[in-house]
Amino acid sequence: MTELPTSTAKKLGLVIDLDTCVGCHACVISCKGWNTENYGAPLSDQNAYSGAASGTFLNRVHSYEVQPPMLRDAPQPAQLIHFPKSCLHCEDAPCVTVCPTGASYKRVEDGIVLVNEQDCIGCGLCAWACPYGARELDAKEGVMKKCTLCVDRIYNENLPEEDRQPACVRTCPAGARHFGDLADETSDVSILVAERGGFDLMPEQGTKPTNKYLPPRPKDAEPEYDILAPYLEPIANDSQGFVSWLDKALSALPGGAK
Amino acid sequence: MSLDQPNLDLSPKVSDEIRKTTCYMCACRCGINVHMKEGKVAYIEGNRDHPVNKGVLCAKGSAGIMQHNAPSRLRAPLKRVGPRGSGEFEEISWEEALTIATETLAPIRATAPEKLAFFTGRDQSQSFTSFWAQGFGTPNYAAHGGFCSVNMAAAGIYTMGGAFWEFGQPDWDHTKLFILFGVAEDHDSNPIKMGIGKIKARGARMIGVNPIRTGYNAVADDWVGITPGTDGQFILALVHCLMKAGKIDLDYLARFTNASVLVNLDEKSDQFGLFLRDAEGQPQVIDRRTGKLAAWNGQGVEPDLSGTHRAKGVTHRPVFHLMADKYLSDDYAPEAVAESCGIPAKRIRAIAADLARVAFDEAIELDREWTDFRGVVHSKMIGRPVSFHAMRGISAHSNGFQTCRALHMLQIILGTVETPGGMRFKPPYPKPATAHPKPHGKVTPGAPLNGPHLGYVQGPEDLLLQDDGSATRIDKAYTWENPMSAHGLMHMVISNAHAGEPYKIDTLFMYMANMSWNSSMNSGGVMQMLTDTNEDGSYVIPNIIYSDAYSSEMVAYADLVLPDTTYLERHDCISLLDRPICEADGVADAIRWPVVEPDRDVRGFQSVLCDLGARLNLPGFVNEDGSQKYKDYADYITNHIRRPGIGPLAGFRTGEKGLQGGRGDVNEGQIDNYIKNGGFWIEHVPENCAYYKPFSMDYQNWAVKMGFYDVVQPYIFQLYVEPMRKFQAAAEGIGTRQPPEHLRGQIKVTMDPLPIWYPPFEDGHVDPEEYAVHALTQRPMAMYHSWGTQNAWLRQIHGHNPLYVPTKIWEANGFKEGDWARVSSVHGSITVPVAHQASLNENTVWTWNAIGKRKGAWALDTDASEATKGFLLNHLIHELLPPKGDGLRWSNSDPITGQAAWFDLRVKIEKSGTPNEAQPAMPEIKSPVGKGPKDIAWKVGK
Amino acid sequence: MHPAPSVIIFTTFSGLGFGLLFWLGLGMPAATGWDAFVFFAIAYLGAVGGLLASTFHLGHPERAIKALSQWKTSWLSREGIAAVATLLIMAVFGGGLVLFEMRLLPLGWLGAAGCLATIFTTSMIYAQLKTVPRWNHWSTPALFVALSLGGGALLSGNFEIAILLLLASGALQIFAWMSGDGRFKASGTTMESATGLGHIGSVRAFEPPHTGTNYLMREFIHVVGRKHAMQLRVISMLLGFVVPIALLLGSFNHWLALIAVASHVVGVITLRWLFFAQAEHVVGLYYGKR
Ligand SMILES: Nc1nc2c(c(=O)[nH]1)N[C@H]1C(S)=C(S)[C@@H](COP(=O)(O)OP(=O)(O)OC[C@H]3O[C@@H](n4cnc5c(=O)[nH]c(N)nc54)[C@H](O)[C@@H]3O)O[C@H]1N2
Ligand SMILES: Nc1nc2c(c(=O)[nH]1)N[C@H]1C(S)=C(S)[C@@H](COP(=O)(O)OP(=O)(O)OC[C@H]3O[C@@H](n4cnc5c(=O)[nH]c(N)nc54)[C@H](O)[C@@H]3O)O[C@H]1N2
Ligand code: SF4
Ligand code: SF4
Ligand code: SF4
Ligand code: SF4
Ligand code: SF4
Ligand SMILES: [Mo]
Repeated sequence: MTELPTSTAKKLGLVIDLDTCVGCHACVISCKGWNTENYGAPLSDQNAYSGAASGTFLNRVHSYEVQPPMLRDAPQPAQLIHFPKSCLHCEDAPCVTVCPTGASYKRVEDGIVLVNEQDCIGCGLCAWACPYGARELDAKEGVMKKCTLCVDRIYNENLPEEDRQPACVRTCPAGARHFGDLADETSDVSILVAERGGFDLMPEQGTKPTNKYLPPRPKDAEPEYDILAPYLEPIANDSQGFVSWLDKALSALPGGAK
Repeated sequence: MSLDQPNLDLSPKVSDEIRKTTCYMCACRCGINVHMKEGKVAYIEGNRDHPVNKGVLCAKGSAGIMQHNAPSRLRAPLKRVGPRGSGEFEEISWEEALTIATETLAPIRATAPEKLAFFTGRDQSQSFTSFWAQGFGTPNYAAHGGFCSVNMAAAGIYTMGGAFWEFGQPDWDHTKLFILFGVAEDHDSNPIKMGIGKIKARGARMIGVNPIRTGYNAVADDWVGITPGTDGQFILALVHCLMKAGKIDLDYLARFTNASVLVNLDEKSDQFGLFLRDAEGQPQVIDRRTGKLAAWNGQGVEPDLSGTHRAKGVTHRPVFHLMADKYLSDDYAPEAVAESCGIPAKRIRAIAADLARVAFDEAIELDREWTDFRGVVHSKMIGRPVSFHAMRGISAHSNGFQTCRALHMLQIILGTVETPGGMRFKPPYPKPATAHPKPHGKVTPGAPLNGPHLGYVQGPEDLLLQDDGSATRIDKAYTWENPMSAHGLMHMVISNAHAGEPYKIDTLFMYMANMSWNSSMNSGGVMQMLTDTNEDGSYVIPNIIYSDAYSSEMVAYADLVLPDTTYLERHDCISLLDRPICEADGVADAIRWPVVEPDRDVRGFQSVLCDLGARLNLPGFVNEDGSQKYKDYADYITNHIRRPGIGPLAGFRTGEKGLQGGRGDVNEGQIDNYIKNGGFWIEHVPENCAYYKPFSMDYQNWAVKMGFYDVVQPYIFQLYVEPMRKFQAAAEGIGTRQPPEHLRGQIKVTMDPLPIWYPPFEDGHVDPEEYAVHALTQRPMAMYHSWGTQNAWLRQIHGHNPLYVPTKIWEANGFKEGDWARVSSVHGSITVPVAHQASLNENTVWTWNAIGKRKGAWALDTDASEATKGFLLNHLIHELLPPKGDGLRWSNSDPITGQAAWFDLRVKIEKSGTPNEAQPAMPEIKSPVGKGPKDIAWKVGK
Repeated sequence: MHPAPSVIIFTTFSGLGFGLLFWLGLGMPAATGWDAFVFFAIAYLGAVGGLLASTFHLGHPERAIKALSQWKTSWLSREGIAAVATLLIMAVFGGGLVLFEMRLLPLGWLGAAGCLATIFTTSMIYAQLKTVPRWNHWSTPALFVALSLGGGALLSGNFEIAILLLLASGALQIFAWMSGDGRFKASGTTMESATGLGHIGSVRAFEPPHTGTNYLMREFIHVVGRKHAMQLRVISMLLGFVVPIALLLGSFNHWLALIAVASHVVGVITLRWLFFAQAEHVVGLYYGKR
């Protein structure tokens, strides 16, 4: 089973907008909540109420500071970018091929990478093979946990149609997470990726991630004042002049002249 | 091997049942679907139909299951058996607890009701708790607004009838340029995120004005890393540029603001600075049609912005003239403020120019005809698509009220308030200050107070002062120190009660406020005041009754603890009488209901007040025969009538033709109707008055029909706040009610009726060279104050809080990852871990708010990172400013409203050794609920 | 990478065990009876003990048998199969020698080949990982094989071969270190490629996703001080190669040989500790660490 399908009918995945993510961790917790109650074993927490609490999460939000280079000899302000990360459901998923038991597999129909917890021996090798840190071994259950792309939601006939999407996408307040079929060039997600220049994480690792990231839009690119200056052309240089301008301006208003 | 895949059940059953209620992991009050399995809470998601969150849910909301099941939940009423602060309690029955409370409170009510101070913290049932307090007869009631954001709220109400959050929001669907001032998270948590998402999706621009670039400010297209406390300067410089260039909406100013109202300019007159009024008391304008005086609201009147009126030798000019005189001055030019704000003048101009460009070149027109209160028909709704939102970053300073006013003025001169693309009010707002009650404080033993406690003063005559000039209220609200303290001053209660200033009290009764910890300044000092004894060994504050749902730091300081339920176990009502959940397009309210029954001996606090109210025989809480009027809070919610046709809930009331929203009679099935409707009720604002609400006759009529107020009362925005002028005039010696000498100077300066800026008070009380660094806190999005810590999921995200240090200070101190620093203010010092942040104002350090915890609280283990590495900045902040040599201790708050000036704090910072734990470390308190389990794996349905 | 004792023990001892079996399979030495028993016992102790140790870190050791199923793609599966097959073959071969003084040489050769395969597949578990650039190189299998065979030669008393192989291993190890030290950088994986934010500027981790720790950080982020690492490298070189070779070059003596073996084993354990501890997983970049 750990052979990768040569192709999958669909490539379901997420598109994450780094321009919009405010770093609220909502996706992190709704993922934890859904996946604790659903697919496989609950995501456990160790030292839940003491010193160094440490639990299993399938989705985590990092943040990075990026320092742009000097622009025309002027230092640019550093930027801060929130960065959610879960399994990218790679096409060439190394985590699958290394798995000795066949517990890890990539679904033929939609490309979702899953762990069959009944078969997993908890060797951890798949986590070693994943460049993205998308797999975590649950300390209580001893099996590998990873993002399921909410496979138990997206086709779930017990859910209303509009809710058949991943928990993290449904909950994201900023709308920074998008779900869809990236194999379909006409899908909303594919269009977003094309329009916004969606990119792969660590392309050099050759994993061909399905999930894509949309880059932050250029920042601190405020229009130059010189171009805008006409907008602030003073109407008068003294308060006397201001009043006469005011009279003129008022008479031009819909209320008519005085 | 073949590619055989396991057979997955792709349609597993999600839950047995969905119960829809309202989240209370914070005050945003989103709608939630609580998925139940086997009668237990299994999963919580957002309610798609809900007006607030439309299906989304934040991290806290999704983690509700962990709060609801937290090991820190109190289990039964507690009676203190050890010394105060030790945490030693015995569990008692409710009967015993209520008997103790009754025996404590009944004699107070009979003899001196003011000796009860009832303060209700993060209350969302203020219309109910204040009703109770009013019935009791004590003047000493308020909720938490005084230490939270009264500057924002009051400046909004006085200026334009509402500010942000529950009052108003940007027109997310139309705005093209959005500027956010001083917000990390705000109460409107999900709506702001949804709004930012909408703006981004449309490619509109967002500017973040904040010393710190995280969260919302990190996604802003432009970041203005302003120096704390200087926003007023920045905003007024924008006003200067816009006025100077004439890039202001004159038509809007003339019609819809008091820019056209005439002001007496005779310095010798006792009317100096007051409005010219007609016999009915209506402020006067000059009608451009006639050139004559007219009432501001006269039919067909076209108010003039520029005329002069002379009568009996006195010159009157429109407010707009005063504004021009003031703001056109070079004192307000970008060049004059650039250095102080830390923003280059050119950048200020660029932002002003961009505001002008978007507001006027990209104006929007909606083809919706509407009629204003002067009977003028407007064929279109014109929008200036720039919008603003602001919160504590500009309000939690001692110049916060005026800064918030300045921001409101900026919005107004651009013509963006209540116009498409600008800022929109949420019904029942807008509501001007004059439509609110005035404060009441007249005490009669054994009888109710003479009216509602809190309100909006219109001048010195409305202050709550005793004949000897001393304060009526224990928190000294509505005194010369802070005349317009519309929310009271909860943060002053303990220190005033301890000092016996203005008088001693007997019982401190608090609800839902962690006053011995994160909601107090000078937390260590507060703990001392709470435990301080008289010579005879009795406590200086004799009795403390407290209601909390969890084992917080404050619990340890109570003599009697009334354990509340969690938010999933009780009835609640988020009422139009209080702080409703409305959206700009609709009026809405909501309930909570027990989606699960408590498994402990706890009771909803409001239900307890119904019981206690009856035991104390409070009017409104007993029937004529003396029996208990409301069985519980649900009974009150359904049956209480405030005014004819108006009750706590506006939805599903009984009308002539069946159920209706707004006014109506009691409906016994109301709560069930809410439950069936998903826990809320909403009715949409008619489309033709969805904008221009304060001025639109259709809106006014609709508002009366819905019961927001009883008569049509259009108004215009108060750029010039006349009541402030009255206080200023008093300070100049006019009138019979006079401020004490030492306050005259301060009042004259700060009570300017037009928005101004003055430096934060701390700057004048500490050496700004020695304490060169500003220190701030921010709300973490995934934590609610102290509540989040007991949550096993959330505490992994924010288990401790470093102090973030900008590059300049980082390098100057040679800090390295893992280092600690000693941070000192004039008041105290703390030793804490530091971390580097480049995207930060170079003179500012900050940390996440309320992460640090006291050992023993919240059912956490002693080694919990919150207690060993986490810390509070509160130890560095004092409710009084340091002495200045004038023999006085000035209050560390806004001189107008009394809002706690959290963000005025100045510190110095130096590298320290690595201590075992963050300093100061308070001694451990004994946990009344034991400790949480080591590991958890929470799954309800197997 | 976290230098877990279970994997250090596994790679060290199963390497030695299979190395020894390799020489036994080739009939060097051509021991039989009790002599053979002792040799085979030592080899099986190492090989099987090492394999057992490797199951200590499994979440579900009781399902270990499932690990043999994915030989088509998984080096771990292949290694399991190779190990089990080799151990079975060598058991027959060894049984012949010990019980019947029977030398089924072709079977021995097959077993020896199996040993090579096992050692190689073990090494490929690590070498295949693009995520750990230091390991992702031919020198990893080369070194594993050389070390196993060298250690095996030492244990089996093939001292001349041992000297040659240890010399070769030492040299390979030095080469592996020298080339490995730059490989993370050469891999082209950086914080910029990890985050895709390099087009804006230089990237620095700000807040991690949680203030505590997690599985990934425990498993993949292990920072060894540079000075510390250098000292350990020297020690492992001395113990693993220099001391044994010096002892072997001197006059033969059982005790000295034993010391040489012990020194070699301690040296290899140190090497293996460094092998893990110095290996940096690219996921560390997401935490601003390597
Ligand atoms: N340094 C610094 N300090 C600050 C601020 C700052 O920015 N910086 N901000 C200030 C502001 S704006 C505020 S509003 C305050 C907030 O500070 P607090 O008002 O103290 O808020 P919380 O920490 O939320 O604590 C409220 C208490 O309510 C309890 N509680 C929670 N749920 C329930 C319930 O259902 N029923 C009952 N009865 N009790 C419950 C909690 O256990 C807790 O003890 O902090 C202030 N303190
Ligand atoms: N998740 C979560 N949500 C909450 C709360 C919570 O605890 N957690 N608390 C609720 C409560 S009680 C309140 S009052 C609201 C408060 O919500 P916010 O108003 O967002 O309050 P703070 O987090 O204190 O953020 C204040 C912001 O102002 C900035 N700031 C400080 N000084 C200045 C200044 O001089 N100028 C400018 N421009 N910016 C400045 C700070 O950097 C910070 O970003 O949040 C509510 N919502
Ligand atoms: S929920 Fe959305 S905005 Fe919040 S952290 Fe996740 S992706 Fe970012
Ligand atoms: S992200 Fe990691 S776990 Fe997910 S498919 Fe890719 S390699 Fe596998
Ligand atoms: S941990 Fe489980 S899923 Fe991962 S490689 Fe091992 S057996 Fe496969
Ligand atoms: S798709 Fe589902 S499992 Fe994956 S991160 Fe989102 S919520 Fe978690
Ligand atoms: S913002 Fe979050 S915590 Fe607050 S009410 Fe909404 S979902 Fe609940
Ligand atoms: Mo607040």
